Amino acid sequence: MPYSDKILEHYNNPRNVGSFDAQDPAVGTGLVGAPECGDVMRLQIRVNPVTGVIEDAKFKTFGCGSAIASSSLATEWLKGMTVDEATALKNTAIVEELALPPVKVHCSVLAEDAIKAAIKNFQDKQESVVGEAVTAG
Amino acid sequence: MLKLPIYLDNNSTTRCDERVVQAMLPFFTEDYGNAASRSHPFGWKAEAAVEDAREQIGNLIGATAKEIIFTSGATESNNLAIKGVAAMYRKKGNHIITQATEHKAVIDPVKRLERDGCQVTVLPVDKYGRVSADQIRDAMTDKTILVSIMAANNEIGTVQPIADIGKLCKEKGVLFHSDAVQAVGKVPVDVNAMGIDLLSLTGHKIYGPKGIGALYVRKKDPRVRLEPIIDGGGHERGMRSGTLPVPSIVGLGTACLLAFKEMPEESARTFRLREKLRTGIMSQLSESYLNGHPTERLPGNANISFAYVEGEGLMMGIKDIAVSSGSACTSASLEPSYVLRALGVGDELAHSSIRFGVGRFTTEAEVDFTVDLVVKEVNRLREMSPLFEMAQQGIDISKIEWAAH
Repeated sequence: MPYSDKILEHYNNPRNVGSFDAQDPAVGTGLVGAPECGDVMRLQIRVNPVTGVIEDAKFKTFGCGSAIASSSLATEWLKGMTVDEATALKNTAIVEELALPPVKVHCSVLAEDAIKAAIKNFQDKQESVVGEAVTAG
Repeated sequence: MLKLPIYLDNNSTTRCDERVVQAMLPFFTEDYGNAASRSHPFGWKAEAAVEDAREQIGNLIGATAKEIIFTSGATESNNLAIKGVAAMYRKKGNHIITQATEHKAVIDPVKRLERDGCQVTVLPVDKYGRVSADQIRDAMTDKTILVSIMAANNEIGTVQPIADIGKLCKEKGVLFHSDAVQAVGKVPVDVNAMGIDLLSLTGHKIYGPKGIGALYVRKKDPRVRLEPIIDGGGHERGMRSGTLPVPSIVGLGTACLLAFKEMPEESARTFRLREKLRTGIMSQLSESYLNGHPTERLPGNANISFAYVEGEGLMMGIKDIAVSSGSACTSASLEPSYVLRALGVGDELAHSSIRFGVGRFTTEAEVDFTVDLVVKEVNRLREMSPLFEMAQQGIDISKIEWAAH
């Protein structure tokens, strides 16, 4: 199957590979997929708690080239977005940007799931921080 | 200078040998007669060429020329053998025994017969992909009419104990078919020494043309009869009608002749290169695993799983090397190789497998290049793999509750 130049570009030069400390309250971690399905994505965001802006994003992905490219592209887009903007990101935008073939659409779905999971993880942490503050007060 | 991409997918198909092509050429434009034309020299020449080819094919597998039936390839040979026996011996019984790692060209005809009322036993294999004659003996009933076991597997290269199985089948009076497309020309195959009654082979796996294959059908002790699938002019002793594709047949014959002459030397060479490839890669990469049998395997085949790296993703990184993967990320099902599954290889490692197939035209320099590139890319992708990071941190991946999708 021929891959688009954009997929190959992200695959060969993936952006933002790496990890943040998952315990950091400003970090949200999304881990989606399953090894037996051949795709696992871990996407992390670091959010400025005051502005709600995603200041940094990192990923690691086990999967095919399209899965790696989808997560690389997602981290690139996430940086500078607010959490609300990131929540609105759709997998179809990734499909379009990377020209993913139909059989690879699930890679973009996984990336969207990873973004949502990371945001949820961040928000859960914020709530528990707030919750603790209230209890302490 | 190395020419890219490098072809290391010789279990899938092979380059046609130049000597084969040369032997075929005159039969397109000069000696183009119909082998069934008995009334003029064009026909006689074609028929003589076909008979030479039968001889060459028979010679490679220890059969006589008269026992060779031409087909369009191994898929047709397997279909003809299995369906032909089931139809012809219906009165005798309806039970067929095969095993889990057979090619789809055996599995699917057998499944169709099962839907049509046959009893089918698909035997499990051990962790190396082998069945034993004892397993087959235990599965036999008084209704068993056919045992179909491949000589060597296309994905993992495992060679089955064919001679033991053949001996058992003789003893029990059950017909024995073997899909030998991967074994013929690579390891010694002898239908008499191995007790094989029906054997499928194909041209394109042995440096011959695509679209031509043969079915060996035993003529003596016992005389095997088949109900044809294709009816028509009664060619090939009525078992397979259709005008013989003379150039392709000449190509298959020549490929068999070359294999017969060169196999000992060639197999030693492909084995040495395969071992160089295998040890070169596996000695440099931790948690890489050889799938299939360590010794009872085709000389040119190495199927290796690289933990924490997905096979299709890896193939993109080693795109200068043509190989295949047990990962089925490209298929709609997302199911990894059923062959690796049958061995009990976990889905994760099945997704991480790459099949390397060394062949006649593989060079030392190509193997060296492959080893370096695979090691480099696996290491790069592991740095990018969340599973590798977790493993490094001592997290047991199998204990995580993954959301299967």
